[in-house]
Amino acid sequence: MTILIGYVPTPEGEAALDAGLREAGLRGEDAVILNSPRRGVPVDGSLLDSAASSTLIQRAKDAGVTATVDQAEHGSHLVDTFVSLAEKHSVTLAVIGLRRRTPVGKLVMGSNAQRLLLELPVPVLAVKPS
Amino acid sequence: MDVNAFVEGFGVVLQPSNLLFCLIGVLIGMFIGVLPGLGPAATIAILLPVTYTIEDPVTVVIMLAGIYYGAQYGGTITSVLLRLPGEASSVVTVFDGFALAKKGKAGTALGIAAIGSFTGATVSIILMSLIAPLIAGWALGFGPPEYAALALLGVLLVATVGNGNALKALITAAVGLLLATLGRDSFTGTERFTFDSLQLADGLNFVVIAMGLFGVAEILHNLEQRAGKAQPPAVVGNVWPNKAELKQSSGAIGRGSVIGFVLGVLPGGGAVLASLVAYAAEKRRAKDPSRFGRGAIEGVAAPETANNAAATSSFIPLLTLGIPANASIAMLYAALLIAGVRVGPSLVEDNPDIFWGVINSMYIGNLFLLLLSIPLVGIFVRLLRVRPAILAPLTALITVLGVYTLNNSVFDIFVMMFFGVVGYLMKKTGFEPGPLVLAFVLGALVEDNFRRSMLIFGGDPLGFFTRPISATLLVVFVIVAVLPLVKLVLDRRTAALAHDNSKREDVTL
Repeated sequence: MTILIGYVPTPEGEAALDAGLREAGLRGEDAVILNSPRRGVPVDGSLLDSAASSTLIQRAKDAGVTATVDQAEHGSHLVDTFVSLAEKHSVTLAVIGLRRRTPVGKLVMGSNAQRLLLELPVPVLAVKPS
Repeated sequence: MDVNAFVEGFGVVLQPSNLLFCLIGVLIGMFIGVLPGLGPAATIAILLPVTYTIEDPVTVVIMLAGIYYGAQYGGTITSVLLRLPGEASSVVTVFDGFALAKKGKAGTALGIAAIGSFTGATVSIILMSLIAPLIAGWALGFGPPEYAALALLGVLLVATVGNGNALKALITAAVGLLLATLGRDSFTGTERFTFDSLQLADGLNFVVIAMGLFGVAEILHNLEQRAGKAQPPAVVGNVWPNKAELKQSSGAIGRGSVIGFVLGVLPGGGAVLASLVAYAAEKRRAKDPSRFGRGAIEGVAAPETANNAAATSSFIPLLTLGIPANASIAMLYAALLIAGVRVGPSLVEDNPDIFWGVINSMYIGNLFLLLLSIPLVGIFVRLLRVRPAILAPLTALITVLGVYTLNNSVFDIFVMMFFGVVGYLMKKTGFEPGPLVLAFVLGALVEDNFRRSMLIFGGDPLGFFTRPISATLLVVFVIVAVLPLVKLVLDRRTAALAHDNSKREDVTL
């Protein structure tokens, strides 16, 4: 039984991480922190290096949670990576951060959050940065 | 040196429009230097049609030259930070540059590379400012026989000097020479290999071939490359090297400048070869060669200095003799031809604004690069977040549009695509497209001048040996052609002797 946390180094990602770790502590479950780079790009700005991932694991430990960082790549749909991880770790809850998107922006770029909310087979907790 | 013309050259460069295009050129150069797979030759080929709209040929060449030497700066950034050489001329920088970055000294490596590049380029420009007018003055006396011999020597050097397989390079150069004969004979008007096609009657357009071999082939080749795993963005700390590091690399920078300058002038040489040789030379000179590959600062300083020095000095044969020394310079040659400028020894006299404008723009351009390269590192690394899947169709579109606008001919698009596929297959089988393109350019020079000389000599080929310069050039040609064969025979003989000796020892035992 694990909790899946979608993480990127932004305020939204931080909010998701905080909420996810709190939830894992309450439920007494492990956490998997997903930090997924885009497939095919030489450099991904939101990808964590090894030092940053160990900081995340340490933070989880301080909150009393055993966490691992997974850096599985994603193709054109981020939701696929979430689904496969959810199956692999028998996930009970996915935690993601939400950001503001304008209707036009959503029309053009699409919204990963919306896809995750609609398509993930597990309950999704969506949080906003304070 | 004509000091007045030199100073007026600065006047040309300092015109706001030229300054702007110089800046645009070096920025594009750095941009494509960062992107792996898109080299300066391909970029200049792709951008050539865009330059038609610019009225002044000086401005065009200043911008395109900026692309070429700017790419040498850009290639360093990805080599050091991500172990991805953005340019062929930065491949050797990867070894020590990335090792330094792993030690947390990425900033120092980039700083040294920028200082080295600037020094190498500046030394090279100063030497060029002094030497180029002399060469041009000397070459003014060249007639058709001298040109024929020089271009012939150029073809041979292009095929043998480059890095890689000499036999394959000779084959590609021969194909280039053959392709140059296509079309109507300029002396008698006889059609050659045209198959009664009107489109082939004027021969193949050099720009179309180059856009196919460099542009399209490059795009196809990149699509096939499986992208490696994404990397987290690198952090660049303190850029300024300390005194010890500066002192350690000053020797390497000095030697790199000289090596780069000399190799840049050679046909077939250029930035790639210069960086390889400079790195090898530093490694050989070092007291402790094992430091190389594990973060030796000289291993970054030497090749980065040499590639910029070479990129600069390879303009000498173009501006003084009208002979392009490598593929990127050949594209610049094409730009000048399209603009209707006659490139050759008379350029200094006829178009001093172009001659000195281009040379002096390099002083300014390198200053731009030195100032921009370090602060913009973050932005350039960001560029790599663009997926090849987005970049490739864009470049393909620009290439096709560009080649169409050359002559408003759909036939040209097909010719380009044909050469794109040929170039792709050549890459797959280890043939370099460079010698083909250069031999194609030089082939026309060889033929025209050879036929003209034969008219002068009344059909006697020995006439070439009655003129001192053409005779010397032809003797050098024979030496360069025969030397590898002699060496081969000697090697075989020593090997055979060693074999005999070992047999004899067997007997005595």
